Amino acid sequence: MGERIGAANDEALERILAAEPFLVDVLPAAEAIPELEDRMIAHAGPPIEWERMCGPMRGAMAGICVFEGWAPELSAGEALCASGEISFLPNHNLGAVGPMTGITTRGQAVMVVENRAFGNRAYCTLNEGLGKVMRFGGNDPQVLERLGWMSGALAPALSAALRHCGGIDLKRIVARGLSMGDEMHQRNLACSALLLRELAPSLAASGGSSGADLERIFAFIGGNDQFFLNVAMAMGKAVMDPVAGIGACSLVTAMSRNGADFGIRVSATGERWFNRPVNLPQGLYFPGFSEADANPDLGDSTIVESIGLGGFAMAAAPAVAGFVGAGGAADAMSYTRSMGEIVHGENHHWAIPALDFAGVPTGIDIRKVVESGICPVINTGIAHREAGIGQVGAGIVRAPLGCFEDALAAFADSVGVS
Amino acid sequence: MSAGTGAGARVVNRVQQGFYLDSVALMRIAMELETMAEVETAALMIGTPANLEILAAARLLTEAGHKATPRDLIIAIELANPAGPEDSRDGVLGKDTALEKDTALGKDTALEKDTVLERAENMLRQPAASAGQAPRWRPKMLRSAITALPGANLALISVPGAYAAAEARKAMEAGLHVFIFSGNVPLEEEAALKIEARRRGLLVMGPDCGTALINGVAVAFANKVSRGDIGIVSASGTGLQEVSSLLTRMGGGISHGIGTGGRDLHQAVGGITTLMAIDALDGDPGTRHVVLISKPPAPSVARAVLERVAASPKPFTICLLGSAALQLPPNARQAFTLQQAAELALGKALPPLSGEARPPVLSGEARPPVLSGEAKPPVLSGEARPPVLSGEARPPREGWLRGLFTGGTLCAEAQTILLGAGLPLRSNAPVPGAATHRPGDPDGHLMLDLGAEEYTLGRLHPMIDPKPRLELLREVLERGDVAAVLLDVVLGQGAHPNPAGGLADTVNQAGPDSPPVVASVTGTGGDPQGWAQQVDTLRQAGVLVAPSNAAAATLALSLLRGG
Repeated sequence: MGERIGAANDEALERILAAEPFLVDVLPAAEAIPELEDRMIAHAGPPIEWERMCGPMRGAMAGICVFEGWAPELSAGEALCASGEISFLPNHNLGAVGPMTGITTRGQAVMVVENRAFGNRAYCTLNEGLGKVMRFGGNDPQVLERLGWMSGALAPALSAALRHCGGIDLKRIVARGLSMGDEMHQRNLACSALLLRELAPSLAASGGSSGADLERIFAFIGGNDQFFLNVAMAMGKAVMDPVAGIGACSLVTAMSRNGADFGIRVSATGERWFNRPVNLPQGLYFPGFSEADANPDLGDSTIVESIGLGGFAMAAAPAVAGFVGAGGAADAMSYTRSMGEIVHGENHHWAIPALDFAGVPTGIDIRKVVESGICPVINTGIAHREAGIGQVGAGIVRAPLGCFEDALAAFADSVGVS
Repeated sequence: MSAGTGAGARVVNRVQQGFYLDSVALMRIAMELETMAEVETAALMIGTPANLEILAAARLLTEAGHKATPRDLIIAIELANPAGPEDSRDGVLGKDTALEKDTALGKDTALEKDTVLERAENMLRQPAASAGQAPRWRPKMLRSAITALPGANLALISVPGAYAAAEARKAMEAGLHVFIFSGNVPLEEEAALKIEARRRGLLVMGPDCGTALINGVAVAFANKVSRGDIGIVSASGTGLQEVSSLLTRMGGGISHGIGTGGRDLHQAVGGITTLMAIDALDGDPGTRHVVLISKPPAPSVARAVLERVAASPKPFTICLLGSAALQLPPNARQAFTLQQAAELALGKALPPLSGEARPPVLSGEARPPVLSGEAKPPVLSGEARPPVLSGEARPPREGWLRGLFTGGTLCAEAQTILLGAGLPLRSNAPVPGAATHRPGDPDGHLMLDLGAEEYTLGRLHPMIDPKPRLELLREVLERGDVAAVLLDVVLGQGAHPNPAGGLADTVNQAGPDSPPVVASVTGTGGDPQGWAQQVDTLRQAGVLVAPSNAAAATLALSLLRGG
């Protein structure tokens, strides 16, 4: 049995290492994800009903109803959501992911990442930047105007540019970003800059935008340190989807939070979620805010930890370790090495210079998590618990052990061990 | 947004032009500044438009800060209001610019402001100072530990007993010898583990193994002993500690000290580890003499072990505490106490402590303590007189002897000596011949092993946490019907940093009529606690210190009226 599981996990790790994720397009969600119908809102995390949604999630839902033209204003949007006329479903059901609230609807633009080794595609909305943004529950006119510009101007320009250059190799960008201080969850500065550097000539050459538009596009991407986060997330989804459904494979294919539950999926048990109440992040707060303002952990962004980045690659971004504890470079290394105790292997394509170019720990094995009691560490932003206020801090949170215990019991059933 | 909207009267901004530092480092500095009594709120931010908005929303932006550019750092401090908890942000809005000139602030406040800003600027120069204490990563899983230290050949396992066997198997699968500190491993599990270990040619020390000395490396509870040519195989941790410490203090040394766990000579286990350890020491050119320490084994196992001893070309000393005289092969001699084991192995008598009047004399042959019907302890000289310490002799006293031990084997050794002298006694861990002690039993001579399960359930072992024994000692010292108190003091790696200190304090606090206290100190001069210092500490409190646990038992006996 141990050998059968080992072979399955080897196969899964090989698929992760063999992935060739390319950013190929930016499309209206309606076109990229035909299953995403009218009056349907996809959200972060495992399934959740309106009554249990947290403040930011509800705020984002109400805002998107206005954006989509389903409601004239926010209170009507909220009433509509509560009425049962809107159907909610997880992004993961659609091959998509979204940061924080993770709201995805037909009218938004989504980036398309294609895993060319396996032919599958994954989707994520474009990152809106800092301040009041929908992913943290922001929903005022400024937020909605920006979303409009993103789908109306930014998305077509990026689409033209990506078609012009034939797609951008994300594995290479991440490899370079790791050597420049990014871990692809809280730190995306290097990768955002590298991406813009690759996009810029094509944005100029593809001719889809006027000079003024182009200036706003450059300023928008160039002014957003986290622009690459959403790209990394779509990449993570595209890399992990071919790993799902391998019999006797005990590796995690997705971790995600909806603001109430933390859920994981395991290869052998397919699309089933194993949920437990989500933890509150520990971290540092922006001036004027404290832990009392914090919303419980939220978002599909933990897909990056599922592929060995984020908290697993902390050694590449020592500054991130500063959010908790002593916060030195030694702590950053400890996080990465400790994650090495719960994974199946390393990804040698993604090496960390500070660890003598050891690859990032990859392929979370639920057996090792339960055996060691070491829970995956996640780097995360902290949303205000009320809708519309936005990000109030950033920090570190652990996946709940219970998810892995439940998953292990189901996994044991799936391989015929009781 | 207008400049400095809402910034309170006690808010100061300082802008450092052309300064950049990572935002996480800045947030950490702000957090540390907020621990100062003078500071209500602190924020350090690079002057990007988004950050200016955040500062303004938190009412921490003054006009000075508002002029910052994305190339600049803003240090924003809201000083604490010494007048009381009233929120200064809701106070009268001063002119922000005036704050920068200190005119709106009182003299003291201006001083505070300077202190805080200076501290902030110092921290900016050395932002990581607080991170210097970060502990190094240590693997949590056995397989990661093996990866981290590929040359290792021994795993120490200390997990709850239910999981110990599984961890031991993992270690053996990785080709490691195993030292199992954990207790509560079922006997059948121990037997199965050892059978597997024998098949793999690996040694399982334990379960419930307290001490080993392998190639000069002290494992778990052990003393800083000299290297030498005497090998020890011991079913008892404190037995191994006492013998290896005595040998060191007598000028001898240890090649290897191999622990077997207390049940290795049980019939179900069959002495697998003991036999393998004898094989190992037989084959070790650095070992000249082998000492075997255990409780009396099952007869069938004893036969197998003695047959193996007979097959060895090396001389053996066999110490089976509590056992009667045995029929031994010609290359083996029997020791009836741990002290005798050390003496026979080294061929030398244990010298008295300085200050002791009479050195014990090494007798030609060790004798079992049960042979004599007289009240004579099995000391080598056969002498029953107490060594007199610093001219301070005490008259014998009426009453009972109370032993309060932290080491189980030291308790057993004391019992065999007292029983050998004809003293009837009870113990919670009785050796053959002693009665079992139960709470509520009538008074009598009593030897308590405080490391036994009933005393350690849910608390630390008394070698680590001396408090439970000190409480018992305090009670015993107040009793008029106690003639003498007998103690062990175990030093070394893993033990309390100053066990004699608490004992000395307790004895010092006792009344003038309290019974005499006799103790021995198991350890060496190299131990972190320092053997000589611990002996001194005890002596200064008036404790009679003997050179060994056996000598302490003999000395205590002599203090009894008619002893």
